[in-house]
Amino acid sequence: MAKITYIEHNGTEHVIEVKTGLTVMEGAIKNNVPGIDADCGGACACATCHVYVDAAWKDRTGTSSAMEESMLDFAENVEPTSRLSCQIKVTDALEGLIVRMPESQH
Amino acid sequence: MTNPAAHVVIVGAGHAGGTAAALLRQYGHAGPITLIGEEPVAPYQRPPLSKAWLKGEADAESLALKPLEFYAAHAIDFRASTTATQIDRTARLVSLSDGSSVAYDALILATGARAIALPIPGADLAGVMFLRTAADAELLKATVGPGKRLAVVGGGYIGLEVAASGRALGAQVVVLEREARLLARVACEVLSSFFKARHEAHGVAFELGASAAAFVGDAQGHVTGVTLADGRTIPCDAVVVGVGAAPNDELARACGLDVARGVVVDLEARTSDPSIWAIGDVAHRPMPIYDRMFRMESVPNALEGAKQAAAAITGRSAPAGEVPWQWSDQYDLKLQIAGYAFDVDEILVRGDPASGKFAVFHLKGDLVQAVEAINSPPEFMMGKLLIGARRPVDKARLADPAISMKEVAA
Repeated sequence: MAKITYIEHNGTEHVIEVKTGLTVMEGAIKNNVPGIDADCGGACACATCHVYVDAAWKDRTGTSSAMEESMLDFAENVEPTSRLSCQIKVTDALEGLIVRMPESQH
Repeated sequence: MTNPAAHVVIVGAGHAGGTAAALLRQYGHAGPITLIGEEPVAPYQRPPLSKAWLKGEADAESLALKPLEFYAAHAIDFRASTTATQIDRTARLVSLSDGSSVAYDALILATGARAIALPIPGADLAGVMFLRTAADAELLKATVGPGKRLAVVGGGYIGLEVAASGRALGAQVVVLEREARLLARVACEVLSSFFKARHEAHGVAFELGASAAAFVGDAQGHVTGVTLADGRTIPCDAVVVGVGAAPNDELARACGLDVARGVVVDLEARTSDPSIWAIGDVAHRPMPIYDRMFRMESVPNALEGAKQAAAAITGRSAPAGEVPWQWSDQYDLKLQIAGYAFDVDEILVRGDPASGKFAVFHLKGDLVQAVEAINSPPEFMMGKLLIGARRPVDKARLADPAISMKEVAA
């Protein structure tokens, strides 16, 4: 279990307890948090679960795979802190994680 | 319609119906929502049924669109194991299989499609299965395992995904395809040959140009083989039939809505009755980038319809037009498809299929109509943008993998 704060582009915060083993994307989708679309359901096929991971968490959220990098490269408004949230597995070490959503996923 | 107290009734609790219910709440709809589902379970994702779920890499909880408690917590009256039997458009009333009826201000039809059965002898034998629902998948998973012989009738995407998952589970797999090549209705020859070779390398056997004439069974009524039109019988312990789906449009037809190859809708997913929407597999919808209407079976199509209907009902503007897309995972291959290959006069292959990383572009003049990308996200993502933008492309540059997709599209 980890408490994750999802911040919409307009500043609205959603603090969610996400079960270990789920992904950061699933934590948002299953709780109806707006701002993450995840059209492909986590298959790393659509780049519509784009989030910005607060810099302090970069090490604990792991590195992105070549496939993720390649998909992210074509998403809108990509920053060095960009990740696809379907590729971040939740562990206890992510307690307190903060992710921000881009203005649009499409 | 922007009546915040409107009662929205959604018939069909698949990916489209379930998403529409959740989006209505996300978009601020305050009135009652009733979600009617034929299956005993809450809305879930179907794509993993033939892939991760079948291989045991995903469980029911991860398949669910939302946890079950979500529906009550958001005042969505979800009724499982219930079907709609009739729509009275004058009284705005939907009759249900449990004998009750429910009144609506706005009605969303998300009744989906059903797997087409083969009209041949033995089709009702035990062990002759489809893969559409979680129950279908449970049955298949319980049947397929090491040493089992699985015959897949139909060499389309579902059939090939089942074949790949069957191999991963240790089963012997043979795919029977009526046409002379795989994916005959949905992909070009380059892709057909590529997938055939990859599946053969993983031990899948193929019978092309092979029509199933009958399923044969033992005394207990369990399938033991598939007899082909040429008289041969392919022995097997289980069969999966994947020969396409037909829209569940009977309710719409019976109440007099316009129906073509599905329920006819406009760009807001609205049917010929302004109080009724149709979304997902059952909708026959306009696609302006191709200047035509058609019916699609994909998750992105289900999501788009859900967004359109939820936006219209809550008084939001319609979402910007999308480029249709879909995906398939088989072994270590990620196939991403954008667009549909309408009016194509040229097929261009970027990259070497033998490398396992390439893309097929379908062109109409110098416009990209569709792209099929294997392990090639840049080609998929940029191809999708080019399809939507209707921007001409330099074909010589597109064909040269040494020039990046960003440069090609610049």
